[in-house]
Amino acid sequence: MNVSSVKGSMSISSSTSTWKAGDTISDQFPAGLRVLVVDDDPTCLMILEKMLIACLYKVTKCNRAETALSKLRENKNGYDIVLSDVHMPDMDGFKLLEHIGLEMDLPVIMMSADDGKQVVMKGVTHGACDYLIKPVRIEALKNIWQHVVRKRKNEWKEFEQSGSVEEGDRQPKQSDDADYSSSANEGNWKGSKKRKDEEEETDERDDTSTLKKPRVVWSVELHQQFVAAVNQLGIDKAVPKKILELMNVPGLTRENVASHLQKYRLYLRRLSGVSQHQSNLSTIISAQDPTFGSLSSLSGLDLQTLAATGQLPAQSLARLQAAGLGRATAKSGIPITLVDQRNIFSFENPKLRFGEGQQQHMTNKQQVNLLHGIPTTMEPKQLVSLRHAAQSIGNMNMQVPPHGAQSSQNNPLLMQMGQQQQQQQQSRGQILVDSTINHAPRLSSSMGQPILSNGIATNVSSRNGIPENIRAPGYSQTPSMLNFPMNHASELPGNSFALGSTPGVSILTSKGAFQEDVNSEIKGSGGLMPSYDVFNDLDQHKPQSWELQNVGMAFDTSQHSNSLQGNLDLTQSALGQQGFSSGQMNGHNRSAAVASKAMFSTGDVKELGSAQNVNQHLNNLLVDNTIRVKSERVCDTSPANIFPDHFGQDDLMSALLKQQESVASSENEFDFDGYSMNNIPV
Amino acid sequence: MERNPMRRQLAIMRQSLFDQGHVDEQFVQLEELQDDANPNFVEEVVTLYYRDSARIILNIEQALERKPFDFRKLDAYMHQFKGSSSSIGAKKVKAESTLFREYCKSGNGEGCMRSFQQLKKEYATLRKKLGAYFQLARQAGPVETASRPK
Repeated sequence: MNVSSVKGSMSISSSTSTWKAGDTISDQFPAGLRVLVVDDDPTCLMILEKMLIACLYKVTKCNRAETALSKLRENKNGYDIVLSDVHMPDMDGFKLLEHIGLEMDLPVIMMSADDGKQVVMKGVTHGACDYLIKPVRIEALKNIWQHVVRKRKNEWKEFEQSGSVEEGDRQPKQSDDADYSSSANEGNWKGSKKRKDEEEETDERDDTSTLKKPRVVWSVELHQQFVAAVNQLGIDKAVPKKILELMNVPGLTRENVASHLQKYRLYLRRLSGVSQHQSNLSTIISAQDPTFGSLSSLSGLDLQTLAATGQLPAQSLARLQAAGLGRATAKSGIPITLVDQRNIFSFENPKLRFGEGQQQHMTNKQQVNLLHGIPTTMEPKQLVSLRHAAQSIGNMNMQVPPHGAQSSQNNPLLMQMGQQQQQQQQSRGQILVDSTINHAPRLSSSMGQPILSNGIATNVSSRNGIPENIRAPGYSQTPSMLNFPMNHASELPGNSFALGSTPGVSILTSKGAFQEDVNSEIKGSGGLMPSYDVFNDLDQHKPQSWELQNVGMAFDTSQHSNSLQGNLDLTQSALGQQGFSSGQMNGHNRSAAVASKAMFSTGDVKELGSAQNVNQHLNNLLVDNTIRVKSERVCDTSPANIFPDHFGQDDLMSALLKQQESVASSENEFDFDGYSMNNIPV
Repeated sequence: MERNPMRRQLAIMRQSLFDQGHVDEQFVQLEELQDDANPNFVEEVVTLYYRDSARIILNIEQALERKPFDFRKLDAYMHQFKGSSSSIGAKKVKAESTLFREYCKSGNGEGCMRSFQQLKKEYATLRKKLGAYFQLARQAGPVETASRPK
């Protein structure tokens, strides 16, 4: 999307009547704030209404949640903020909160006479922007406008980011297939991106300050369109860009979709629950294909990882993917799938990736596979550990990065993903994860092509080297992984090639399948594999280093990629706030992720920013095709960076995760000191 | 001039409501919402409260007639009632509601019944007092009836 145009549209379609562009706002604000208050208690409702009027707000009251929802749906841009009671007869206040978050993305404040910690926490986890204890005093209501401003500000930021990212990824995209590795692109892209960022930022700032960004109200129909698009793409491959394309709704921006997607993922996650994770994993695994079964070598580890990573989305994702892809989600059993996935990733991935179908598989599996894929390069163990870490699909994403790191090929993809992720970071919990995973494969594929051909042998060697690096962070456990690549080295040429080239090609060509491809790529060469090639080839494969970084980052909080990880964590937390991110942080980061999650929200923004940088960085890396799996690299690139703009936050997340993982793995855990391919004997 | 004694009396009545602990700070919040546009706002709210809460009281009474007690339901009713009562600043009623909920949580049926009886008494007492207060306020004149300087 054209940022400037978006901005323009935004300014034009100011949603609040009170927030007219320019003059009126600053003077009167927060007067005229349009509040919808929902409470079944008539006494409270009357008092609240009076209080809000005394605050000079425009008040609409409802005594039933259903009424409130229909009012909101009828008049999409008619309200700025919602105040809702927790205990209501017809609908639970938290349910209403979720609906509003998904459909309208308005700030919601919960109220209750209940001040118990659990209830308040519930409000937080469901996305309420504040919680008031009854009896509500007028002083508490005087400041509710801050939530509206804050939200808009964040939207802006997201917008800007996405805008810039878009710029960035638009450029790379154009060059994409062919030019990931071209430094020219990188330069252009970076330059233009930077410029655009600045421009956009200032523009947007101006606009936003004067105008309210038009709020997109997610009507039921719009939401249905959205869900249909997501299902069609496959939950893990559903990138805002693609969703937007599929939806084909005029005036809808990528950012809108991105933030909505984030919410949706959170929502799904909440729905599926942890138990689904496991099942998801299995489904994912099974979806992957029996072909992978052969990989069962890793299976033991893989399964666990897969199971571990069964992150919530897995199931839903798997299902979605399956639905979208048309694959049977639960093919083989989990154990097998796990293994397969892992295997698949490691080397098998190439197989997977080769076919579109595979890709689809991958998509589903990607999430799982990605994890797998990573191991391939990294080593099965690594993969496992990665997977573990990335319980949720997010993990998979993370894994992808490792792949990416390894393969310069991946890098571009990852970078793209990273970028995207950055954009979406804020909202992406799962999305990032997914996207990262997805992207990773792609990256590798795109990159892989040139690289693969270069010489698998080198790859092999490099792979070995790389895997180590990558592994270290998260995969330390999977020494086998390293070995794996080696073994595969010979196979890799073919596989990786396939992965890199075919998937890449396919990925590149089939945008839709992009995610899948990426995933598959990552999986197969997992990122590792192709990256190997990349690595092998050069030190210069930045992407690799990037990937490694990512991996490291993702996985290691402890490792010096901690910063990265922190990012990841942050991102993760942002992404999968609820726990998603923790899952993603495969193993290492997991705990960190969890912790960081909490912090994430605060640090998220920062991270995102850095992520963006990272992405850019990554992109550059990818472009250069230098597989520098230096841990430093990773650090540089914030998790987000790993993924290019293409990837939404999800991608970003996954990229980040991957980065962290790669970084972490490469750096800390594994003794790889330097990612630099140089060291790797070719 | 006539108003003055009435106003003075009104002020005294009002003060005793606070002193005796019938109403708390939230009541002041309501008073502050009252203005020329809504000169009887507090009375309107309190009237609405008594009308709506009567329904909840009835529900609780019926629930207490069914043995064994459904404590969860009783607690839910009382939670509702407490929310309402606290919003108008009914201090004693609110305290009794809290006690009732404690009994519910601990499954103390006897405690619930006793507490409920007490609650109904406080509830009725407050109603009388506020009724008299509002009546006097109306008589005292629409201007600045128990209102603070804005």
